[in-house]
Amino acid sequence: MTGKTQTPLVELRDISIAFGGIKAVDHVSIDLHPGEVVGLLGHNGAGKSTLIKCLSGAYRKDSGQILINGQPVEINNPRDARAQNIETIYQTLALADNLDASSNLFLGRELIANGLVDDAKMEAETRKIMGRLNPNFRKFNVPVSALSGGQRQSVAIARAVYFNAKILIMDEPTAALGPHETQMVAELIQELKAQGLGIFLIEHDIHNVMKLCDRASVMKNGRLVGTVDVNEVTDDDILGMIILGKKPAKAA
Amino acid sequence: MSDTGQGVQTAAPRRSLFETLEIDARLLGMLAAFAAVAIVFTIWTGGTFVGPRNVFNIAVQTVPVAIMACGMVFVIVARHIDLSVGSVLAMSSAVMAMSQAYWLPSLFGLAYGSPVILVLTMLIGFAVGTAIGALTGWLVGYQGIPSFIVTLGGLFVWRNLNWFTTNGQSVSLTDPNLLMFGGTEGVLGATASWILGLVASAVAVLAILSSRRNKLRHGFTVKPVWAEGVMMALIVGVILFFVGWLSRYPIPEAKLKRMFEARGETMPEGYTAMHGLPISVLILILVAVVMTLVARKMRFGRYIFATGGNPDAAELSGINTRLLTVKIFALMGFLCALAGLIAQARLQSHGNDIGMLEELRVIAATVIGGTALAGGVGTIYGAVLGALIMQSLQSGMAMVGVDTPFQNIIVGLVLVLAVWVDILYRKRLGLTK
Ligand SMILES: Nc1ncnc2c1ncn2[C@@H]1O[C@H](COP(=O)(O)OP(=O)(O)OP(=O)(O)O)[C@@H](O)[C@H]1O
Ligand SMILES: [Mg+2]
Repeated sequence: MTGKTQTPLVELRDISIAFGGIKAVDHVSIDLHPGEVVGLLGHNGAGKSTLIKCLSGAYRKDSGQILINGQPVEINNPRDARAQNIETIYQTLALADNLDASSNLFLGRELIANGLVDDAKMEAETRKIMGRLNPNFRKFNVPVSALSGGQRQSVAIARAVYFNAKILIMDEPTAALGPHETQMVAELIQELKAQGLGIFLIEHDIHNVMKLCDRASVMKNGRLVGTVDVNEVTDDDILGMIILGKKPAKAA
Repeated sequence: MSDTGQGVQTAAPRRSLFETLEIDARLLGMLAAFAAVAIVFTIWTGGTFVGPRNVFNIAVQTVPVAIMACGMVFVIVARHIDLSVGSVLAMSSAVMAMSQAYWLPSLFGLAYGSPVILVLTMLIGFAVGTAIGALTGWLVGYQGIPSFIVTLGGLFVWRNLNWFTTNGQSVSLTDPNLLMFGGTEGVLGATASWILGLVASAVAVLAILSSRRNKLRHGFTVKPVWAEGVMMALIVGVILFFVGWLSRYPIPEAKLKRMFEARGETMPEGYTAMHGLPISVLILILVAVVMTLVARKMRFGRYIFATGGNPDAAELSGINTRLLTVKIFALMGFLCALAGLIAQARLQSHGNDIGMLEELRVIAATVIGGTALAGGVGTIYGAVLGALIMQSLQSGMAMVGVDTPFQNIIVGLVLVLAVWVDILYRKRLGLTK
């Protein structure tokens, strides 16, 4: 890997968070470099979403440290994360169902003209970005509750990529997408990576991981099993890590 | 994501007249209900129901509930409720009554009725209402106590602090400047009303034109020109009809004589003057317009609707939903104080029971106006129309001699019926899962 020696874009050090007695994330450390895609894998309930929510500001970690470009930062709420150019596509999509696509895309960052929300401009911008992501999308003037699962997902993706993020967190971004749309998201990830973004990609499909990711970190029961270079292992090795919770001998 | 086939989406043929006009079915339903109430009572009363005098009275009586209903829309849209509005109205009114009649005159050595005192009184009253609302919002937003509980507590607390503030005494209010806010004592007269009506019509037309131009500039589809024209004609028609009608309601001769005498003049023989628009109604219109603007065109409103639609999504989008809750309830409190000012001016006194049970009327008006208790959906014009429908119903029943208990029974039934019809309608359209 190039650039392994320079300071990482993001470093999560020794992150822990518990809900009641359950240690959802237990002393996990991972990092991410510019222009790199790091896959986050693990069984259901392994703690993947919880870990990245500590970075996106949705949860406050119990302990551990977050560094951006080598600098320790405090991320206590989603506003802090946005201020660090961190954008997130949540597994639950986090859309306000009663608002239309452009209101959701710009939620919290509305375009303002003369002190008022500029809906026409926001819709025009939304049409532009959706034209790139999902050219079939036409439902600009209905609440997103009237959209299909995949359409909703493309709105959430558009929101994350519109604002020139430096760090992108994608929690199962293609779960609801058809094959063609999944392919478009794969191309988008490669394009963003070429632009120098760092991307955390939570993904269950091992083929997508092998295709899109540079490294893969595997979690089990809140613990980090290990991080491997995708080029140096086979998909069976990674599956083994997920299921057995052990690093393969040759990569260890 | 593959939508229905190829390129059929944008130019789907518009179906009905109302769709072309972009009047939504709910508004249409409310207008129909209002028309039905008006027609039934007009026939029943032989025409007096729609006479200028009664239209004036209904308008004036609607104001306090309608003003609070505007605030209640935001509260309910954000998935909260405020059961304390009647008591907050009473508390603010009590402070205002005591301030102007006792506290401020003795503090500054000014006579009751000085404009300085009235201005200070209003500022104090608005501050009290806003502060009470902010406290409620802090308990709900930052401490996580359900709004139902906080405001149920508030209902008792403020109602009875109101009692202590005035020692349970009624305060009679006679300051002519204050009474201007009440309705009959504060009217614009025919000429000024007409001028205002024409200005408002011009503003409405310009607003429609500018929104159309804005849409065209971004290349969006717009309504056909004729549909835009019909909408303008409708809006202008309603404004001018209302203004014209109230400008036909004469001020009684005895009262005119008194007004001349107060200025040290004698009234010329055959002199007449019309009421025109009451100031309190103007205040309501101003509140409704500003609140609509906030709801549709400002971040604050957008965040309220987003929070009501999905609180988690709002939070994750970086919206400070706790502070938002404080602001929503503070605004509600301010509107309660404003309604209190208008109510005490209309009644020309502050009594212990001012605003009693008003919370129920306000919530009913809001819900009849199409605000969903589940949150995320609601309009200001709906709430105002809801208040107007309820007041018309009550006033009509009073005119034809229906007893008060029976009036209240009808109002209760109408509330349930309105929501029921709405649910049936939404089911038929497949809007609910
Ligand atoms: N808000 C919460 N309150 C209580 N427990 C939680 C909460 N969020 C997550 N958990 C628990 O933390 C653990 C990890 O959950 P998490 O959502 O991170 O899993 P995941 O790896 O993303 O799984 P999936 O692949 O199913 O999305 C689970 O046991 C879950 O029940
Ligand atoms: Mg998850």
